[in-house]
Amino acid sequence: MKSIRQIKPWLLAGCLALFVSACATTQDEVIEDGPPTDDQTQLDGAVTQDDGSGADASGIDGGDDGGATAIADDGPMTAMEMLEKTEGALANRSIYFEFDSAKLTSESIEILEIHGNFIAGNGEVAVRLEGHADERGSREYNIALGDRRAQSVRRVLLFQGASTDQVETVSYGEEQPAVMGHNEQAWSKNRRVELIYTVN
Amino acid sequence: MQIIKQVSYLLAVMLLGVMQIASAALTIEITQGVDGALPIAVVPFDTAKLSSKLPVDLAAIVASDLNRSGVLKSMERAQLPASPHYSNQVQYQRWRGAGQDYLVVGRVLEKSPGIYNIEFQLLDVLKQKQLLGRSMQAKKRNLRSRAHQISDFIYQQITGTRGAFNTRIAFVRAQNENAARKYVLQVSDSDGFNAQNVLESDEPIMSPSWSPDGKSLAYVSFESRRPEIFIQHLATARRSKIAGFSGLNSAPSWSPDGKFLALVLSKDGSPDIYTLNTATKRLKRLTKHRSIDTEPVWTRDGRSIIFTSDRSGSPQLYQINVAGGKPKRLTFEGRYNSAASLSPDGKFSVMVHGERGQYKIAQLDRETGNLTVLTDGRLDESPSFSPNGKMVLYASTRGNNGFLFAVSIDGRAKHKLSDQAGDIREPVWGPFESK
Repeated sequence: MKSIRQIKPWLLAGCLALFVSACATTQDEVIEDGPPTDDQTQLDGAVTQDDGSGADASGIDGGDDGGATAIADDGPMTAMEMLEKTEGALANRSIYFEFDSAKLTSESIEILEIHGNFIAGNGEVAVRLEGHADERGSREYNIALGDRRAQSVRRVLLFQGASTDQVETVSYGEEQPAVMGHNEQAWSKNRRVELIYTVN
Repeated sequence: MQIIKQVSYLLAVMLLGVMQIASAALTIEITQGVDGALPIAVVPFDTAKLSSKLPVDLAAIVASDLNRSGVLKSMERAQLPASPHYSNQVQYQRWRGAGQDYLVVGRVLEKSPGIYNIEFQLLDVLKQKQLLGRSMQAKKRNLRSRAHQISDFIYQQITGTRGAFNTRIAFVRAQNENAARKYVLQVSDSDGFNAQNVLESDEPIMSPSWSPDGKSLAYVSFESRRPEIFIQHLATARRSKIAGFSGLNSAPSWSPDGKFLALVLSKDGSPDIYTLNTATKRLKRLTKHRSIDTEPVWTRDGRSIIFTSDRSGSPQLYQINVAGGKPKRLTFEGRYNSAASLSPDGKFSVMVHGERGQYKIAQLDRETGNLTVLTDGRLDESPSFSPNGKMVLYASTRGNNGFLFAVSIDGRAKHKLSDQAGDIREPVWGPFESK
């Protein structure tokens, strides 16, 4: 609100009514390209091929890899502390996509499953999924594409047990690129969903 | 095709006067001129009898308008062989010698302080006769509008087609201010000058759409950190939120009778097309598909909607009856066809056409299915037909910014409306001024 000069609050009430009725309708149209069953998970784990670029990290990696299970073992770590860790799957909050696609890679699904478990296990946590697209093509198509990407991510989180109250989606289309530039290098970084956490 | 590549020099000279007054306005640059455009000379209007200097250069605005059409080519001011202000002062052979077919002369008189009378004549140099003469009143604030009206009269007299110079365009300008991104929805004259702010926000603004009467804009604003649709009355700045459902609220488009908005909502799953009765607020779902359905535009008869869908695997244009039914696919050429804008006669659609990684504006002949590429950018988008169907306005990314361009529907004349500050996008051409 603060950012807007000409807002007329009197209409918000009317819109709120619309909004409430919208919430009442079901939101469950299942979409065909849902999370594919990932048969590659074990492989990845065995070959320490995950993003942590090796060097002195091997010992730490082992601990972090089981991110979800570590919550229980390491005792009373708060959700905030979990989120403040700079390593491990939970620290990975950008999910990338192919051009004109909202399909998740099996690596992305693995990461999101860990996020989903974390959210499911921590009722005080909420996440906002911001979908984005690269600049190519039309803006309105891209905002729809960002919406579908955020929905793809949402589905995995809900499947893992996160509740619908905890997960909000929004699409920015091509309006807020992560990286400026007009080449594949920039575009590949801009086709993304960002997970923005809040802890209540 | 014989295309003359011209750089902005000649127009820059002509526009100098205008730019000084409207320093923040867009400037016009011819990027591609046309062989065979009809030569016309617009002599600076006589303003010697005025008590104070006129804030705009009427003849410069007219000359620039006519140039932009691609049909006419205005003579550079420095080359004008004489400066007549009345038809009886004209020595036709001098203008014929200078290669001109048409000549415009005029003068401005002050009836009372701040109230002007503008008179002009359009002369046929070869036949040595007057084709058109008009007298019009103006106040200071509508002098630019009067200049565009003069352009409209001249254009119509010569081509037989109604001019669309005295119309407005809307667009979104993004700029960095104190390291923060700012978004401004603006409305300007059709030449990009005289820009007025409609809405300013720290969050993105998208998809402006003109009401058919030209009095309101619908748009998408992220001011609440999610896309929602608003309608704003331009004169009063009064606005209302039209759609704020969960998920996407985007791509508003007015029906030709102004009673409905087509829009895109994802509240029921994936982005689908809906229509909204703006008076009763009754919402009707038009498409129901797992794919992306977006960018609705109404056909001129108001009976169907053309939209973008990736139901075939990549974005293509489809048409659906507003009463419902099965959509019919319209585009088959190219991997990516989106964001349609329809010509006023309904015969053509322009759109974003992507092929081999390049996104250009193409025109589809809806009868024959023939597709013609009109532009040569890499990242062109947001095409919008002029209300007379002769030009297409669009945005193109060059370097780190977006710029507005206008291209003639034959693809031969192209003009850049450029700006020093900001990243300009999503132009939409407004309707003819209602009389």
